[in-house]
Amino acid sequence: MLDFIKRYEGLWLFTRSPAVIIAAIVGLAIIIGAVFAPWITSVNPYDLASFSLMDGLLPPVWEEFGNPRFPLGTDDQGRDMISSILYGARLSLIIGVSAMIIASALGVGLGLAAGYFGGRFDAIVMRIADIQLALPAILTALLIDGIARGVLPPEVQQDVRVAVLTLAIALSLWVNFARTARASTFVQMNKEYVQAAVMQGQHPIRVMFVHILPNILGPLLVIMTVDLASAILLEATLSFLGIGLPADSPSLGTLIRIGMQFLLSGEWWILWIPTLFLVALVVSINIIGDFLRDVLNPRLR
Amino acid sequence: MLRVKNLTVKFPSRFGDMTSVEDMVMSIDAGEIHGLVGESGAGKSTVGAAIIGLLQKPGYVAGGDMTLGDTDLRSLDRFEAHRLRGKRISMIFQDPQTSLNPLMRIEDQLIETILAHEDMSVADAKARAVDLLDEMGIDDAANRMQSYPHQFSGGMRQRVVIALALCTNPELIIADEPTTALDVAVQSQVLDLIRRLADVRRVGFMLITHDIGVIAQIADTVTVMRHGKMVENGLTAQVLGQPKAAYTRQLMAAVPPLDRKIARFKVPDEDGIITLAEARGNAAEDWLLRGIKADSIGLTLDGINVEFPGVRTSFWSKPEPYVALRDISFDVKPGSVVGVVGESGSGKSTLAKTMTGLIKPVSGTMSLGGDPLPVGKARARNHPSRQLIQMVFQDPFSSLNSRHRIGKILGEPLWLYGLETDKDARHKLCVDMLSLVGMPPEAIDKYPHQFSGGQRQRIAVARALLARPKVLICDEPTSALDVSIQAQLLNLLKDLQAAFGLTVVFISHNLSVVRQMSDDVVVLRNGAIQEVGPSEQVYTAPSADYTKRLLELTPVMPAQWRAL
Repeated sequence: MLDFIKRYEGLWLFTRSPAVIIAAIVGLAIIIGAVFAPWITSVNPYDLASFSLMDGLLPPVWEEFGNPRFPLGTDDQGRDMISSILYGARLSLIIGVSAMIIASALGVGLGLAAGYFGGRFDAIVMRIADIQLALPAILTALLIDGIARGVLPPEVQQDVRVAVLTLAIALSLWVNFARTARASTFVQMNKEYVQAAVMQGQHPIRVMFVHILPNILGPLLVIMTVDLASAILLEATLSFLGIGLPADSPSLGTLIRIGMQFLLSGEWWILWIPTLFLVALVVSINIIGDFLRDVLNPRLR
Repeated sequence: MLRVKNLTVKFPSRFGDMTSVEDMVMSIDAGEIHGLVGESGAGKSTVGAAIIGLLQKPGYVAGGDMTLGDTDLRSLDRFEAHRLRGKRISMIFQDPQTSLNPLMRIEDQLIETILAHEDMSVADAKARAVDLLDEMGIDDAANRMQSYPHQFSGGMRQRVVIALALCTNPELIIADEPTTALDVAVQSQVLDLIRRLADVRRVGFMLITHDIGVIAQIADTVTVMRHGKMVENGLTAQVLGQPKAAYTRQLMAAVPPLDRKIARFKVPDEDGIITLAEARGNAAEDWLLRGIKADSIGLTLDGINVEFPGVRTSFWSKPEPYVALRDISFDVKPGSVVGVVGESGSGKSTLAKTMTGLIKPVSGTMSLGGDPLPVGKARARNHPSRQLIQMVFQDPFSSLNSRHRIGKILGEPLWLYGLETDKDARHKLCVDMLSLVGMPPEAIDKYPHQFSGGQRQRIAVARALLARPKVLICDEPTSALDVSIQAQLLNLLKDLQAAFGLTVVFISHNLSVVRQMSDDVVVLRNGAIQEVGPSEQVYTAPSADYTKRLLELTPVMPAQWRAL
């Protein structure tokens, strides 16, 4: 086992950084909990029949009046907090991961091509990216949301809310990928293996995706983790502001928004538990991202 | 003055402690230039760093004694060591581009160093700085001192670095590859300066270098290192003239001579490396012979001019273009080797890129075997010359895609040019080709980073050959390699060239290497041809002044030392 670990520098460094190990455990626990939420939790918070108003506003078990059926208490509707949080995290992760995948596909494709071809194409792509950066993510989301409301018939609007949110987040994150991919591609373009491929007369698409892409994956992977955290936060922000998901299919952001109403009335757990959960998730992902950056970029070590 | 006894340096790693220097013994007296020579990874720089106390973390001195005068260098604490550095021992680094702070004037850098160690007024420090630069041979020092590093040329900058090392009158200067980044002409000036300083100021120098020619030219004594251990030491004439150790003899035999052409280098073949003679008759050779030997073709360049866009000086005026190549015309005869020599910035690599179609010249034509060769992007991706002209690049660490296995790298030209459509046959051919260039068949499933520079360069040669080329362009193929590896690779290239009748353009800054390889030589300077002619004629009776000067300035070993 030890020999196996020593063979891979990343693994070796991993076993020697306690913060990263904790982050990995926390992150993994949250992700597993979110993915398997329907099988772990006792209640389905989306199913109105499965909970009762009678159980409303119960505090966590360690407080007075706590009920062992609801370890972290319930909200005003009587929904179990753990179930809501895990289902919420599930939704947040689905949106975050899909937004990150769309953003990276779009950004890496454009950035790679901009770096490879340079010149006018590069200038156009990068100016579009600059414009995108000048628009706050919330504005982009509002814009997409507005367009979706205007274009789509009212009856499907509820069903596509997740897709709209994902698209809005992806559109505000692709610039990071494009810039990183473009800069890394510029570096690789000067490497002789790329020149060798160009000189041999290989097709530009092949040079880009077979030769250059595997060599710039390192920095992109780092951006991916960091942007996953941003995507989750962005989703939470949008939901908190009410542009995101409605109260009946709560994501973490929606839960926090609902909790806000109880901030001053003594029912602290409805706000604080989802918030701490979100913080734990985002901090873990960021720590892992930083660690990956250190491992994959020898220059920073 | 400096006494080093049984110095051992270790680096802890995840595999336990690595010993990088073991039982090193060395002594340097005042006014002595002590050469420390060895191939990469021999631990030369580590010895220097240990003495000056700047070992890279987490390395540490595990044993031995180091004394400078009557100071025990190992017993110094952090602060004492800091005071000693720069005051009694200073250092000259390899690259004058990076060892000066680009944002500070030369004057400030010198005065800062002087004031850090000496108790004197700024005016006195300035006066001393001017004197020093004067002594280094910088004209109009008082004014030039106001300049920033980028306003000096490479050689001038290295003089400033030497002045910086000297400004506190140290007893010992450690010079780590001080001339490696410099052209021959500048190198010889810097070496003269170092020799003069040792003689006049009685400074002891520890000259770390991989270049035996440099050692032969100026060192009084020399230590040969290998794998962190001392192989041999003594007076330069004795160690290099009558080497006792087998390794020193091998090293000497691998140095290409400037004054004659030798058929093959005498190098003991490394373990696991198959020589071409042994690999003869394998399938890859037959395959190559079927495609190549039949008819060698030549390459002709006629009036090639290459310009790059210059720096725009005014918003309104068109920027003046930078001329990289001016009216380049020469012939590469079928099956012959043309050497291209020149200093850095002479346009050698631009020439290679122009021939391969990576750069488009503004005017001029090329032809390959009588057919016109389109330039730049006009050369279609499927133009036959894409296959017929192949290239071996300078840096074996960047010329192979580090994310691909060797098998994929080698199979690519076969697949791309449709030379071999069957997957298994491709694999078989790649394995045979590997053995043809002296690599074991297991190499095919490994990644480039698992090989040394020399092995990677062999793989790069194999990749070029697998396109079944008729013309091979080698751009400084050995400049990143140690001499013994260089000798092996040159042997390989010579063998392959002879066996397959390849037409080769061999580009190098190293005159001795070019002499060993080429039938004809082109001498380039600032993008223009100085001289073209048969190699023997250019080397024995050069017609251009520039060639004469280059030949004079290249450090050579005294002829009697080579009688091995």
